[in-house]
Amino acid sequence: MKSFHFVVNDELGIHARPAGLIVKEAKKFQSSIKITKGERTVLASQLMMIMSLGVKKGEEVSVTIEGEDENEAYTAIESFFQNNL
Amino acid sequence: MEQYSGKSILKKISIGKIFYYEKKQATVKRNKVEDTQAEVLRFQEAKKTAQEQLDLLYKKAQKEVGESGAAIFEVHMMLLDDDDYCESVYNIIESQKVSCEYAVAVTGDNFSKMFAEMDDEYMKERAADIKDITERVINILTGTNTDMSDLIEPIILVADDLAPSETVQMDKSKLLGFVTQFGSSNSHTAILARTMNIPALIGVDIKKEWNGKLAVIDGYKGTIVIDPQEDYLKEAKKQIEQDLKKQELLRQLKGQPAVTKDGTKVHLYANIGSVSDVASALYNDAEGIGLFRSEFLYLESDDFPTQNEQLNAYKTVAENMAGKKVIIRTLDVGADKKVDYFHLDEEENPALGYRAIRICLTREDVFRTQLSAILRASAYGNLSIMFPMIISVEEVKKAKRILQEVKDQLKADHIEYKDVEVGVMIETPAAVMMSEELAAEVDFFSIGTNDLTQYTLAIDRQNPKLDDFYDPHHPAVLRMIKQTVENGHKGGAWVGICGELASDTSLTETFLRMGVDELSVSSTFLLSVKDKVRSLDLSK
Repeated sequence: MKSFHFVVNDELGIHARPAGLIVKEAKKFQSSIKITKGERTVLASQLMMIMSLGVKKGEEVSVTIEGEDENEAYTAIESFFQNNL
Repeated sequence: MEQYSGKSILKKISIGKIFYYEKKQATVKRNKVEDTQAEVLRFQEAKKTAQEQLDLLYKKAQKEVGESGAAIFEVHMMLLDDDDYCESVYNIIESQKVSCEYAVAVTGDNFSKMFAEMDDEYMKERAADIKDITERVINILTGTNTDMSDLIEPIILVADDLAPSETVQMDKSKLLGFVTQFGSSNSHTAILARTMNIPALIGVDIKKEWNGKLAVIDGYKGTIVIDPQEDYLKEAKKQIEQDLKKQELLRQLKGQPAVTKDGTKVHLYANIGSVSDVASALYNDAEGIGLFRSEFLYLESDDFPTQNEQLNAYKTVAENMAGKKVIIRTLDVGADKKVDYFHLDEEENPALGYRAIRICLTREDVFRTQLSAILRASAYGNLSIMFPMIISVEEVKKAKRILQEVKDQLKADHIEYKDVEVGVMIETPAAVMMSEELAAEVDFFSIGTNDLTQYTLAIDRQNPKLDDFYDPHHPAVLRMIKQTVENGHKGGAWVGICGELASDTSLTETFLRMGVDELSVSSTFLLSVKDKVRSLDLSK
């Protein structure tokens, strides 16, 4: 299992469009990818659920990735967060 | 190429694609089904169609408004692809054995509620997006076209009939013409077509399969041609060009006074139905606004418009007209103009029923809010107030008393207002018969010829079967107008005409000879009426 923490930089937080792009990215991999904010954890493939976390600028989320292709998935998802959020 | 005919409202030609408008289904019913697998497949099909529509919209918007404007459609595509949303639809179909329309509606409700309850303004707004995609899928499933917001190019609107509450929400810049099955030449749709200067046909045997097809409306011949042939199209385009040239000639009249050859002056004002109509009024040289239909404020909203909302609208018009006269007609709903939140009862005879001033005088709270907003806006320009549907002197006295009380309140609150002229619509035979006494109470009269004709001739103007009997040139109507002008002047009130008849140039001379002081018409007719006025010589 791999994981990373991330503090959101985007003005709007994790709003609809980036959330949708996370889903697209996550669906490319076999691994189970989860996003946690506070006490709530959702799958990175669940668009409305990610949006319902209501992650705002300056808030921290943690992402865990587990599965056969977790290394590739980690690289892709982590850089997606860095570049888009 | 197929040709259909109907009654034409406006002599003009339009070419465009047809949008077949259907009324929104009130609610989706909870229908039980046997074959749940079939419902699941129906959902998947509808979802696919929705995705295709959205993709098309996305690409179009990208080209026309750029990436940031197009992003919303991409988000909609993503939302519609959400696993939880789709799972929920499948679950409801399977577990409750219900139709997929119902499953989609319930799912949409649940998810939009989730967002509406979030503690984040941005996410709250996403509730509307969920509703949007849900409605899109349901419309595909039920095969209804209601949403004009997808339209990027202008269209010819085809519908059974259109209510004011429906047309008020339409983006007018996207309309090339109307074709309806029902409605009469005096109905709301007809008036809107005249205001917008677009052709309209009524009483046409419309067909749903026209949707998306190219068509030509010919307002001269009263025909609509579906899938026109090349040479027909060419001819239509030529005619449109000629019409434009004619308009260009009229435009040269801009800045010229509306005076007859012998020096008789008449004021040419514009009728407007919303704040956005002011631009066209000014463009066509209106000397003022002779009729500002304040109903739009009520038709456009879901609840009584607040005093500030009204104040803003009146103030904007007052300021834009920059000192020119603006006559605001107080609320005239009822009859064909229905507003849900007024909770008006169904009536056997709405034209003779609870409407206009009758509502205002019994719902004083609504009336006072409007009067207060108008008075406050009066500080920003030259406003006048006009009461509709008057039948007696007592009504005018009562309305004026309420107006005075509202003024007193404003004074007590140290809110600025100007003294406004007060007038009444003369649109009932009773008002004509009482015009001498009414003139003593008010500064001006404005004759509403549509209703005056309806009430004088006892002809329901909403009934298309009576169109042949509805004759606004009927001598009885013209005598009513003459009497009103004479009595108005006797009592010191100036007299204008704000009904459709005011733009009828075959009567312009008659009206001027009667001594009419002002004609208020749809902006698009201002210059042709001016042209007529300038060609007359009353000394002969």
